[in-house]
Amino acid sequence: MSSVNTAMSEHSAEAGHWGKDIRSDLHVALEPRDGGGLEITLESRVGPYYGDAILSQTRQVLGSLGVKHARVSIHDEGALPFVISARLETAAKRAGLGDEKKALPDQVALPDPSTRDRLRRSRLYLPGSEPKYFINAGLHGPDAIILDLEDSVHPAEKDAARILVRNTLRAVDFGACERMVRINQLPLGLQDLAEVIPETPDVVLIPKVERPEQVGEVDRMISEMKARHGIQRPIWIMPILESAFGVENAFAIAAVSPNVCALTIGLEDYTADLGVAKTTEGRESLYARTRLVNAAKAAGVQAIDSVFSDVADMGGLRRWGENSRSLGFEGMGCIHPGQIRVIHEAFAPSQVEIDKAQKIVAAFEDAQQRGLGVVSLGSKMIDPPVVERARKLVARAKAMGKA
Amino acid sequence: MGTGALARPGRAKPGRIQQSEMTDRPELAQNAAGRMVPTMVNGKPQIPYLGVGQYQPRGRKAAPPVRSSRDYPENGDKRVANLETALRKCGLRDGMVISNHHHLRDGDRVALMALEAASKIGVKDLMWFPSASFPSQKGAIELMQSGVIHHIEGSMNGPLGDYCTQGKMRGMGVLRSHGGRWQAIQDGDVHIDIAVIAAPTADPFGNADGSHGKSACGSLGFALADSMYADHVIVVTDNLVPFPCIPWQIQGNNVDYVVEVDSIGDPAKIVSGTTQITRSPDRLRIAEFVARFLRETGIMRNGFSFQAGAGGIALAFVDYLRRMMKEDGVKARFVRGGSTKYLVEMLQEGLTDYILDGQTFDLDGVKSIASDPRHVATSPFTSYNYHGKGNFASMVDAVVLGATEVDVNFNGNVVTHSDGRLLHGIGGWQNCLASGCTILAVPSFRDRIPVIVDQVTTLTGPGELIDVVVTERGIAINPRRQDLLDAVKGSSLPIRPIQDIKTEVERICGGKPARPKLGDRPVAVVKWVDGTVLDTVSQVA
Repeated sequence: MSSVNTAMSEHSAEAGHWGKDIRSDLHVALEPRDGGGLEITLESRVGPYYGDAILSQTRQVLGSLGVKHARVSIHDEGALPFVISARLETAAKRAGLGDEKKALPDQVALPDPSTRDRLRRSRLYLPGSEPKYFINAGLHGPDAIILDLEDSVHPAEKDAARILVRNTLRAVDFGACERMVRINQLPLGLQDLAEVIPETPDVVLIPKVERPEQVGEVDRMISEMKARHGIQRPIWIMPILESAFGVENAFAIAAVSPNVCALTIGLEDYTADLGVAKTTEGRESLYARTRLVNAAKAAGVQAIDSVFSDVADMGGLRRWGENSRSLGFEGMGCIHPGQIRVIHEAFAPSQVEIDKAQKIVAAFEDAQQRGLGVVSLGSKMIDPPVVERARKLVARAKAMGKA
Repeated sequence: MGTGALARPGRAKPGRIQQSEMTDRPELAQNAAGRMVPTMVNGKPQIPYLGVGQYQPRGRKAAPPVRSSRDYPENGDKRVANLETALRKCGLRDGMVISNHHHLRDGDRVALMALEAASKIGVKDLMWFPSASFPSQKGAIELMQSGVIHHIEGSMNGPLGDYCTQGKMRGMGVLRSHGGRWQAIQDGDVHIDIAVIAAPTADPFGNADGSHGKSACGSLGFALADSMYADHVIVVTDNLVPFPCIPWQIQGNNVDYVVEVDSIGDPAKIVSGTTQITRSPDRLRIAEFVARFLRETGIMRNGFSFQAGAGGIALAFVDYLRRMMKEDGVKARFVRGGSTKYLVEMLQEGLTDYILDGQTFDLDGVKSIASDPRHVATSPFTSYNYHGKGNFASMVDAVVLGATEVDVNFNGNVVTHSDGRLLHGIGGWQNCLASGCTILAVPSFRDRIPVIVDQVTTLTGPGELIDVVVTERGIAINPRRQDLLDAVKGSSLPIRPIQDIKTEVERICGGKPARPKLGDRPVAVVKWVDGTVLDTVSQVA
């Protein structure tokens, strides 16, 4: 664009997807014009049932964005209302319309605010541009869902995904799941924050963090936006370390803000940085992962492992998860709902561990009641850190419904 | 008035359709389900549905004419040169009823072969009476346009379904369950003039079976009534063996002619190589809920029985149940097929004593029925016929079925989409509702369209027979089944009122769907298992 004039001018634009294999999405082609009002054509897989509803929603959304005159052509593949709004808004903004206005869908009740040390065994990745996966994701019972704006979204679709993820946070009921968003690397990630923070995600994941200042920048922006929007709920930060340099700075990154709740690692990029192959045993990343665990514990935050990418190999996933727990991790990512149960089992303490911990806790409580300074179980004296570990384990097991 | 009596007007002129009785706006009456149904269908008076078990049939069964061995070759060789010759020898005339079975599914070549031979002979106004029709038989549309076929009574979907719901068929479609088709033939509601039976193996006498041959399809049970009650029976085979064809499911003693052809069907489309379990996490969740429901209610116990179809959710259910049965050391007495690899593996692992098979869906099923005496071919008579001295369906402890819609009163629709277009045949669905615990396993919505609705578009199964609706968002138990509600008390299964699930889905979908505009001209009727008329399918506007 050579002049300011043409750069600001309105032009035709498209958003969304349609076609035989597309589900729960729609495609909008929008052609602004000088007069004549809105001329909408609609083809919909669900036309007989929701055709009228889609037309009236289109008028309402475009109206709220100040779009008065345009030809609008819609191909709908059964998109739900929050997706329809997002695609219309994206098309309008791409067409140079709508300014700073938003077309927000109806809001569902927010889940309880998240806590810094809540259970985070599993977080289910959902590509931010694939609305069909959103609506039922919470049903599969991960501890968290993560709406991804980074690697799973094509660079040309970042604007669309941002609006879709914003609407999703607002309109989709994820049940008891913690609602996470993975933003893009800075500075692009700051634009993501501007769009999603008003809809109060519980956790923001920052990719490819190498220095504490990067976390600091995100932390400041979140704090400012929370103040501006009157948001009381906590919004936690989980930095993802994906390079050798990032791992070297693990402690400083974890300790930079009390809003950091966990450290995690991205092994695809980390192994690429090292120039080694990623294996299902994970020998090549053992140093990085144990270093990360140590740094996280030193900073008083959780250590969360990477993902296991072979969705067909449940045995491999279980071994990875059990090994991961033994190293000190408290959870990992998952890329398919089928992985959730295996991960939860892998990160659960065994019944033998639970039984032993319960005995220790009982012995401790007994000693407290009797005013004894020393806790003993049978003939063995129990050190305070052992009691503390046992109490944590029992609490965790209770949260998992196992004790 | 009994169905036996009903049949009589038609019997004077077998299968004749009284064109003068066909009107665009037949008289309607309200049945016991509150649905408006025609009182005449294709020239025959009808009884509106009276309620489950309310209709008492009287009279005697229909029967084919008495024949004599005098008229058949002593050497047992009933072969004739081709289908056209066989049809001529059977006395094919205008207005007759020709029947076929659908065990060869979308791979069948024989039905169209027979209808085209009839066309060549030059007859008109036939009623085609398949046990089900398939998309590959869309050639029947041309034969309807050219006047050879007057109308179809049998399940219609795809292009044939559209032809019917667009009101282009001259007569009215009649949709019957597998058991209802047997009932209609046996009671004389439908009189078959000529049955043309595709047989993967047959001998020159007409003994025939489906378990062997290059076009093997497993059981031939759907053709059994046709072979027993039709005036004339033609067996068409591409695997002729010398007498005796062992085993035989069709008895040559009922057969008039045997025709040898190169191919009765496309083996790739007769059975699927492998039947696929769904990979959708949402559907797997539904399947697992169903299996857990059976386990936690105690229905899954030693000596129990169940039936599940070959759909993705049903197969996944079988897989989950099988694992739970192994964990709990439970063995079934019998399972009802549609048989698939998964049922066959259960038989081989000793998790069930028998498979009672109505139709065989995949290669593993076909191989098993041909070689394992514990894998038994059944027919709609033994499994489903309501006008018999009982049937197997009510002895099955639990059945897992699909549906296109289910309403808040647990009524089910399986034949039309909510826009009124014919989508599926009834199959054994209605008959299976007699089981001890009938479970509909359905997603709560598809492509934004709610599956749980205020009122089903087409009533196919009365809610009083549907006990449980399992969706990915929760399990709804029919309030009539207090015993089941008690059995899951304290369970971690998400038991919810059906209204509750419906409300949630309507919120997700952005409100109730609009009711599609349907015409008021009936184009088909849905029969209940006793031959009464349960509902009407109207022309799509």
